[in-house]
Amino acid sequence: MSDLEEHRTPVSLNGLSEDDLRLQPLAKNPQTVERVIAVTFLFGTLFVAAFGASFWVNAKPWILGATMGAGLFLLGVGLVAWGKYLMPRGPFVEERHTLANSDADREAFAAAIVERGGSVVKRRKMLAGILGGGMGIFGIVALFPLLRSLGPLPKGTLFHTDWRKGSYAVDQTGRRVNVGDLAIGSIVTVFPEGTENSDRGQAVDQTVLIRISNQNFTTQKGRETWGPMGYVAYSKLCTHLGCPVGLYEQQLQLLVCPCHQSMFNVTNGAIPQFGPAPRPLPQLPLYIDSNGNIRAQADYDQPVGPGFFERHRVTGSKL
Amino acid sequence: MSDASATNKRAQREAAGPYGKIGQTLNELDDRLGIAKGGRTFMDKIFPDHWSFMLGEIALYSFVILLVTGVFLTLYFVPSVATVIYHGPYKPMDGQRVTEAWDSTMNISFTVRGGLLMRQMHHWACDIFVGAIVVHMARVFFTGAFRKPRELNWTIGLTLLILAIGNGFLGYSLPDDLVSGTGIRIAYSIMESIPFVGSYLAFWVFGGNFPGTATIPRFFILHVLILPLVILGLVGGHLFLLVRQKHTQFPGKGRTEKNVVGSPMFPVFIAKTTGFLFIVGGITALLGAFAQINPIWQFGPYDAARISYAVQPDWYMGFLDGALRIWPSWSFMGFGHTIPLEVFIPAVILPGIIFNVAYLWPLLERKFTKDNEIHHLLDRPSDRPKRTAFGVAVLVFLAMLHIASSTDVIANFFHLSLESTLWGMRILVIVTPIIAYPLAYKICKEMQSYRGGGKRKTPNIVSRTAEGEYVATPTPAYGEDVGHELDATPVPTYIEVEPDEPVESGVRTVDR
Repeated sequence: MSDLEEHRTPVSLNGLSEDDLRLQPLAKNPQTVERVIAVTFLFGTLFVAAFGASFWVNAKPWILGATMGAGLFLLGVGLVAWGKYLMPRGPFVEERHTLANSDADREAFAAAIVERGGSVVKRRKMLAGILGGGMGIFGIVALFPLLRSLGPLPKGTLFHTDWRKGSYAVDQTGRRVNVGDLAIGSIVTVFPEGTENSDRGQAVDQTVLIRISNQNFTTQKGRETWGPMGYVAYSKLCTHLGCPVGLYEQQLQLLVCPCHQSMFNVTNGAIPQFGPAPRPLPQLPLYIDSNGNIRAQADYDQPVGPGFFERHRVTGSKL
Repeated sequence: MSDASATNKRAQREAAGPYGKIGQTLNELDDRLGIAKGGRTFMDKIFPDHWSFMLGEIALYSFVILLVTGVFLTLYFVPSVATVIYHGPYKPMDGQRVTEAWDSTMNISFTVRGGLLMRQMHHWACDIFVGAIVVHMARVFFTGAFRKPRELNWTIGLTLLILAIGNGFLGYSLPDDLVSGTGIRIAYSIMESIPFVGSYLAFWVFGGNFPGTATIPRFFILHVLILPLVILGLVGGHLFLLVRQKHTQFPGKGRTEKNVVGSPMFPVFIAKTTGFLFIVGGITALLGAFAQINPIWQFGPYDAARISYAVQPDWYMGFLDGALRIWPSWSFMGFGHTIPLEVFIPAVILPGIIFNVAYLWPLLERKFTKDNEIHHLLDRPSDRPKRTAFGVAVLVFLAMLHIASSTDVIANFFHLSLESTLWGMRILVIVTPIIAYPLAYKICKEMQSYRGGGKRKTPNIVSRTAEGEYVATPTPAYGEDVGHELDATPVPTYIEVEPDEPVESGVRTVDR
């Protein structure tokens, strides 16, 4: 018989005996705990298998989730319990060595960088300067084409909509709105004809058309002709953050933005009455042509939607 | 068994050494990589036992779930805003003009096997991820774990929070449904509000005026590749620093600045933490199964001219939305320019201040306390009343902003006017942190003077003396607490093999 067949027992090096409390599991009755964990694992495995089966037969999503969730959860609980109750309870300790090195090491490191680097750069100041400048300029220049090609400059589209003199107001299906279409207190979202199906029409040109009365309606001084036969139109973009101002509170004559509850009074030029919106909704001047169609007198007299730095950079804008 | 085969086995065993095949493999690895010593140290690495150290693990594991479910989703999602006509199993939307992004998300939800579950798990895991980061960060803050030498890891963690919020928002926007589209619209307007560069920034990010066609493809590549890579790298750095600097621990018996007391990496911590990964995965799957989230078929595809009532973003955006709601409508107009302060201050300046103070906090605290020492032992929050009170005040402030993001729902539910709800929230946002600070400070001071604070309470035994006096004596500590009272020991090193069966002459046990 060789040495290999000799008995060997586990021996710990730091003088712990095998029955040291710290090497014992935390559980008072490990057998019971083991059995409970075994059952947990068994059910977890069953559920995971059931997940596979239900996936195979294309069961309902909640069955997939329930089986997978229950399976993973049970396996996880069992494993945590195994670690907590059946493994050496400890506590164990580990030394924490200081991260900092000795002063000599630190000095040598600093010297390597400062002295060595400094001597090289100091002697070749011009070279370092030009190289640094070149790399810096490249860094800045490299940004330009990247940024510039990402999108167009903020020009025209921010300042103008597609409403023109004579644009027909059409609803989302493209049907022209006629003077007889709306009862008093009704509202419809309109677009300049031709844009009702485009993203841009939806995002920029959207306008609410409200019939307030049977008479020509003046919302503000200077807008005497803008509301023929009680039809008034406002940009549907909230001046706060550009959400569509979609809720019409007929009794209070308010347009309400569902995002942040700005409220605009439609009878006095959509002046914000409540909420964070800082400006009235721009009003679209309307007229009714000989066929009774609602049409725009002109584009809005100011940019629609939320504020931005260059908002005033538009010809004729007073606001 | 023949003699020859027994000799053969013996020779094999002899060659394999005492640890068999595994030992052999490890030796081969060590020949090439030199991992034996470091590997041993790593197996013995000590993780302190405290429930609060689990919060970061929740974040880590929900990120793992995000990666796994996210890979599944990318197999089916089409990041395009080209319009198609919807023809699918969801009949109410049949024949509608929708974008491919929305169409493919519907396909994932209704046709792909397990798709809806994966989508809902992905969304839930994201909400859990951000939530776990916030709670983990609160733990680190209140216990002073960010102090020297861990300032860098605090910075990485905070960056991870910002990236998680940003990537969450991007992912939320991808299905191109009505609710998320409104969210993108708001994000566009917020970018636009920045003075000087705002409109350029918005145009370049969106590829033109809103809605732009570049959004979904750009958001997609940011969401599935660029930001996850950055997050993954920072998570790696976060964990590397954690291993390098070792864990902090709460003060206690035998715990000093020079040691770490707890459970070793292998096998105890590995078992617990792997189990915990399964638990987080299981709970996420159960949420995905039973708690509906983001049902885009109810919202419909995005249409800039439509909107739904009571739209709210994911929870981690709530504080911004609340700030936007309650900030007054002050816009600056002059010098030929508009500065939309009503948006710029609550949506850009305010989070800027909050996150910058958070970034600078370790530095600020070092300045004020003039404490430049290295700390590995954690503070009990009550022992640092000023810091704790400040943190509580900030959290209360953010919570109030969060509540303010539902002013319309609150007004509806309690039958209040919107105006009184708005003014109520404006007052609460300012007043509650001012109340919370001294209150938290006072509670901390009280807790300091409470003996045995933080320890598990034991019942008292009330007994009557012969004179009729009642005396309460605490019972001894609970049995399961006794383990913690033991002195810590270094992890024992076994170098011997398991004992063989006793060998009788001529008979050998068979190796399996």
